[in-house]
Amino acid sequence: MNAGPDTAAVLRDQVVAAGEPWMGTVAAGQLLRIVDLEGNQAVDTLFYNARNTEERYSAVDTIRAQGNIYLTTGSALRSNLGATMLTIVEDNCGRHDTLGGACSAESNTVRYALDKRHMHSCRDNFLLALGHHDCGMDKRDLPGNINFFMNVPVTPDGGLEFADGISAAGRYVQLRAHMDVLVLISNCPQLNNPCNAYNPTPIQILIRAAG
Amino acid sequence: MTSELWSENLKPGEHWSGVLRRGTSLRITALEAGANVAAMMYNYESLLERYNLADTLKAQHTAFLTAGCVCYSDMGRILCSITADSCGWHDTLCGLSDASMVAEKFGAGRFQERRNEFYRNGRDSMLNELGKYGLGKRDLIANINFFSRVSADQRGALRFDRQHCRAGDHVELRFEMHTLLVLSTCPHPLDPEAQYRPRPVGLRAWFSGTAPVQDPCRQRCEENERGFRNTERMFLA
Repeated sequence: MNAGPDTAAVLRDQVVAAGEPWMGTVAAGQLLRIVDLEGNQAVDTLFYNARNTEERYSAVDTIRAQGNIYLTTGSALRSNLGATMLTIVEDNCGRHDTLGGACSAESNTVRYALDKRHMHSCRDNFLLALGHHDCGMDKRDLPGNINFFMNVPVTPDGGLEFADGISAAGRYVQLRAHMDVLVLISNCPQLNNPCNAYNPTPIQILIRAAG
Repeated sequence: MTSELWSENLKPGEHWSGVLRRGTSLRITALEAGANVAAMMYNYESLLERYNLADTLKAQHTAFLTAGCVCYSDMGRILCSITADSCGWHDTLCGLSDASMVAEKFGAGRFQERRNEFYRNGRDSMLNELGKYGLGKRDLIANINFFSRVSADQRGALRFDRQHCRAGDHVELRFEMHTLLVLSTCPHPLDPEAQYRPRPVGLRAWFSGTAPVQDPCRQRCEENERGFRNTERMFLA
């Protein structure tokens, strides 16, 4: 499956400000492009089957099925029921994380300090977006997510670190949907580690017609 | 291990669930080489709080679990600590087998022909146990695979270690909150063995008490000290 022509009709073109959530639907066959406008911005992303949200992205099913912990061109994003939800068809960043999860007020107290609890977080974004969406979803519906443009290398002896980003201004990832998917994004507000180069910035979302 | 509370053996392929109270420890023993025990954990007092793979790995800067590690919930608290481990590596990355995977690898293996030695799979085993608590597909969290070792090379490619788990290997979990523990003894999804051959597993629970001030899991890193503080706050009278 190729990336399709960039000339396919743009159905949606939106900038998401730093630290904000975004929800939208991508129909089967359509292309979703996420652009790292200013560079090294983690984009915490979850996918749900729009027709049955009990089916959703599963990091461990995706990792096991492709035999690799990193996501890039050719990666099939699998659901908790084993289906391919989307495929990454273009990626000029080179590597995306799906082990680092999303930051939260509570995990910030563990990772950094008890007084970091007040800081804005991806899971607060996710919860607020789900709460406003009237889709019947709540915290049960927040499995492990993808972090586009984020670099979390795992060493052969099992070490894991949040490393400096390998993305840059204008880099993007493009995905083709294999089913109607609901997309939930938190444009990560984390200020305590290098996942956003300590400076969260806006991203662009482009949805193109099936090409 | 003076005050044993209970013990039982799980048959090959069996799925199991139970509640382990704060201050209880559980030893899981591989009764044969090559065992795998998939595990999910939930706060029994609020099932919405559950084991979180990413928070567990991030806080401890590790991609696998062994003695000294703790298992974090998604609320910055600790479900259990790993207080002893004879095999050094438990997989956190590879999830469960499912029905189509098992049928493709091993054939049909229906109950009708095989009775209670029918071919089970990890996902359906978990759904089976989760359903007993009103949980379902939405609650299929990323699980731990005790006794299995899968490492990633520099490019991220996975490798399953067939020689990892020996007969008698064991891991001990000390529960830091009242925990619903759900287990499946189905083979690891990347185990290349040609036959469907899950292994039997022993469980033994005893009253160990909670983590002392001087405790290797608490003192592993500053993150864990904060995780214990968050957890203990929930139980202050």
